[in-house]
Amino acid sequence: MVDPSEAKGEGSLRKAFGGVLGFFILLLIGTLAFSIRLFSVIKYESVIHEFDPYFNYRVTQFLTKNGIYDFWNWFDDRTWYPLGRVIGGTVYPGLTLTAGSIWWLLNNLNIPLSVETVCVFTAPIFSANAAWATYLLTKAPAHLFEVKGTGAGLTAAVLLAMVILFLLVFLLISDNQNVPSYISRSVAGSYDNEAVAIFALIFTFYLYIKSSDLKNYTQTLNTGSLFYATLNALSYFYMVCSWGGYTFIINLIPMHVLLCIVTGRYSSRLYIAYAPLVVFGTLLASLVPVVGFNAVMTSEHFASFLVFIIIHVVALVYYIKGILSPKMFKVAMTLIVTIGIAVCGAVLAILIALVASSPTKGWSGRSLSLLDPTYASKYIPIIASVSEHQPPTWPSYFMDINVLAFLVPAGIVACFLPLSDASSFVILYITTSVYFSGVMVRLMLVLAPAACIMSGIALSEAFDVFTRSIKFQLPKLFETPPSDVWQLIGDTNNGTQDELAKVDSKIPTEKSETTVKERPSKKNRKKEKEILEKGKEIKEKGKENVEKVSDKRQNAKKLLVLPLEASAVAILLLIILGAFYVVHCVWAAAEAYSAPSIVLTSHSHDGLHVFDDFREAYAWLKHNTDVDDKVASWWDYGYQTTAMANRTVIVDNNTWNNTHIATVGTAMSSPEKPAWEIFNSLDVKYVLVVFGGFVGYPSDDINKFLWMVRIGGGVFPHIREPDYLRDGQYRIDAQATPTMLNCLMYKLSYYRFVETDGKGFDRVRRTEIGKKHFKLTHFEEVFTTHHWMVRIYKLKPPKNMTRGKSKKKINPKTRTKISYQKNRNKNPWQ
Amino acid sequence: MAKSSSSDAQALIRSLRSAYAATPTKLKIIDLYVVYAITTAVIQIVYMGIVGSFPFNSFLSGILSCVGTAVLAVCLRIQVNKENKEFKDLSPERAFADFVLCNLVLHLVIMNFLG
Repeated sequence: MVDPSEAKGEGSLRKAFGGVLGFFILLLIGTLAFSIRLFSVIKYESVIHEFDPYFNYRVTQFLTKNGIYDFWNWFDDRTWYPLGRVIGGTVYPGLTLTAGSIWWLLNNLNIPLSVETVCVFTAPIFSANAAWATYLLTKAPAHLFEVKGTGAGLTAAVLLAMVILFLLVFLLISDNQNVPSYISRSVAGSYDNEAVAIFALIFTFYLYIKSSDLKNYTQTLNTGSLFYATLNALSYFYMVCSWGGYTFIINLIPMHVLLCIVTGRYSSRLYIAYAPLVVFGTLLASLVPVVGFNAVMTSEHFASFLVFIIIHVVALVYYIKGILSPKMFKVAMTLIVTIGIAVCGAVLAILIALVASSPTKGWSGRSLSLLDPTYASKYIPIIASVSEHQPPTWPSYFMDINVLAFLVPAGIVACFLPLSDASSFVILYITTSVYFSGVMVRLMLVLAPAACIMSGIALSEAFDVFTRSIKFQLPKLFETPPSDVWQLIGDTNNGTQDELAKVDSKIPTEKSETTVKERPSKKNRKKEKEILEKGKEIKEKGKENVEKVSDKRQNAKKLLVLPLEASAVAILLLIILGAFYVVHCVWAAAEAYSAPSIVLTSHSHDGLHVFDDFREAYAWLKHNTDVDDKVASWWDYGYQTTAMANRTVIVDNNTWNNTHIATVGTAMSSPEKPAWEIFNSLDVKYVLVVFGGFVGYPSDDINKFLWMVRIGGGVFPHIREPDYLRDGQYRIDAQATPTMLNCLMYKLSYYRFVETDGKGFDRVRRTEIGKKHFKLTHFEEVFTTHHWMVRIYKLKPPKNMTRGKSKKKINPKTRTKISYQKNRNKNPWQ
Repeated sequence: MAKSSSSDAQALIRSLRSAYAATPTKLKIIDLYVVYAITTAVIQIVYMGIVGSFPFNSFLSGILSCVGTAVLAVCLRIQVNKENKEFKDLSPERAFADFVLCNLVLHLVIMNFLG
């Protein structure tokens, strides 16, 4: 048999090999995550996508040009004219600061990348980081890498099996990170908060779990969980800087702590993980200007304070329990309960009075719309109108997380056996994220990492069972004698331990005792040491009972292990499943999620058509208008206009002022003269309208028009939605209502449209328009792009008031005489 | 009923006191520090009640620094207490080093937030 030292050598070699292989696999995962997001750069160009990223890009430009102090104090007067916007205090600075520091670092290393390039590629880099963070987070609940320090002799089969196990799980986690819903918000060019925030989210969760596991699954035992609690707080700070979704963390972690307390899993490690996080977290969150004092005053944070108090009470109770005798403890309990109820009642009354005094009970509008899905449509039409805030459809779940959709329940089941702090946390994470993703399609992004973790766990357990079955039956195939190595290997697998213990109850070896003890896997570490010693004893003790034991074990294991062919086929099928998943993800990344909405393409029989109308319009604005001219459009295009055309806008995507947006909406819904007056009062010079009827672009302003009516009508009651609908239907053809046919949006969209094909056929609405020939009295058209997608109009200056002549009818016969006389007097030299 | 409960209360207090007297001095020092921090926090709240909370960030940072050091001291006490089996392998020097480091970070943040 192999002697211990050689076995140890082999063991450490295997560990080393596993470590190196693991490192390379992680590197591959990172590269894969990065490259799958580059489709948009390859297919189109390295350009910033959508709307919000343009704002972030503009802010980053300002930061790199003017430095951080000016950025912190920046008051932007080129948006929300005439109100302006305090950017320093209302933006989540995490993303901008990250990209800015990357740019600064690269430039100082003399790598002259432009700001735009850095911005475009920030998201894929952070997606690679997020993949690595997911790997770290999955390690704890999946009980992977319990480094099997068995110290016994190892066969090559075991080595290979373990390595295959590592490899497959790694690959699965990597593929999992390429889940389409995460890809959609982190492609190259999608320079938005979520790109960085998801990495921060996963990393914060990982550090939280690590700080609550004192003995986590590495060989070093002293992890110093207070240190990790501080790191956790700092990572939470990064998350607060990056995204408004940080409230998810600060509510999920207290929920988990409460769950642990209620299910009796309170331990002092939990206290160390949670209490410093609350104090640090509140402080750090108040440091970010956007959050400020909201960190202590809004209801989103109250859960953390409540659980903070609860955990102190519980800790005190446990402490007193520890130092008192049971009889005295009972007395203490009755006393505390009577006093405690009185105090609690008083505090609760105060709290309820405070909270009920505010109309929204202290919650912000966005949080309320998450908790009550119908809230936004009733009270805040702006939140309801954003397409990303709609609930997702069932097919979108399958499109976005594909195969993971049915692996997640398997993972949840796998987390329950055995249930540890880490796995209960992941279960809580997935349940809450599934609920929230059902409320808003945008939050499928938060579901993605949870789904990946769960399915990674499920798949790794499945592969574990299958490879073990093959492993045990392979030598039988080759007729090699069973070695006691298998007994030891069998011990370190948790799944079949209890069954093994039950079946082997008659065999009084120390092995079975250790197997029973091994069931609570978190307490593994100490037992591993005992097993180490016992392993050596057993080897010395008996070849004699090896055959006896192994025979019985073989019989036992035969009952528990799947047949060889079945497990081989199953592994093959799982690999094919993974292959399908990969194909789907790549397809989704390439076709569905890589479109920069600033440039559109279409394939027709004569090749590829590129619609670059947006940039054409913004470039026209930039070159043909004065720097101080104000441009009015619907709020969707505000960020792009300020970033690309560099002109002042009235409303933009920040949508912080509902009345201002309602003003613009009212103007768009009114007839020409009132609309002109509204725009004139805002100093507007140009009006920009997006029109898709010529090419069939469906997201144009006519399709969004009803939202303008609703939002405008919410503030100005003379705009009534039924006025624009014929029998409840929204039409723009001959059957449309006169209010609709006379409103500014209709006129600006369809002015001279009949000249394109003679009939005015709108390709999006698929009808001919109602009013075809009309003139504009208060606006003049200054620019229409190549495919009629963007149309820019100028406000006509008010007519000059001519004294005395305004009401006189001019007789056509006398007109020439008058003008002749006028011209005679106009001799400039007299 | 009242008599029995008051005598119960006295017995309870006596047993609490005797049990507490048995804890080692190191832990008592930490407990004293915690009590000091909490008292400072209470004094600040009373002061705020009298004077008003105008520079709210200063008030917040003052309160949270007291509560923060108290919490960190409790964590230290948990980790150093020899009766806690979970932390048997954590050396007290390491625990104290963690305590110092975390206090450093806490006070850095406080100084920034103090205004």
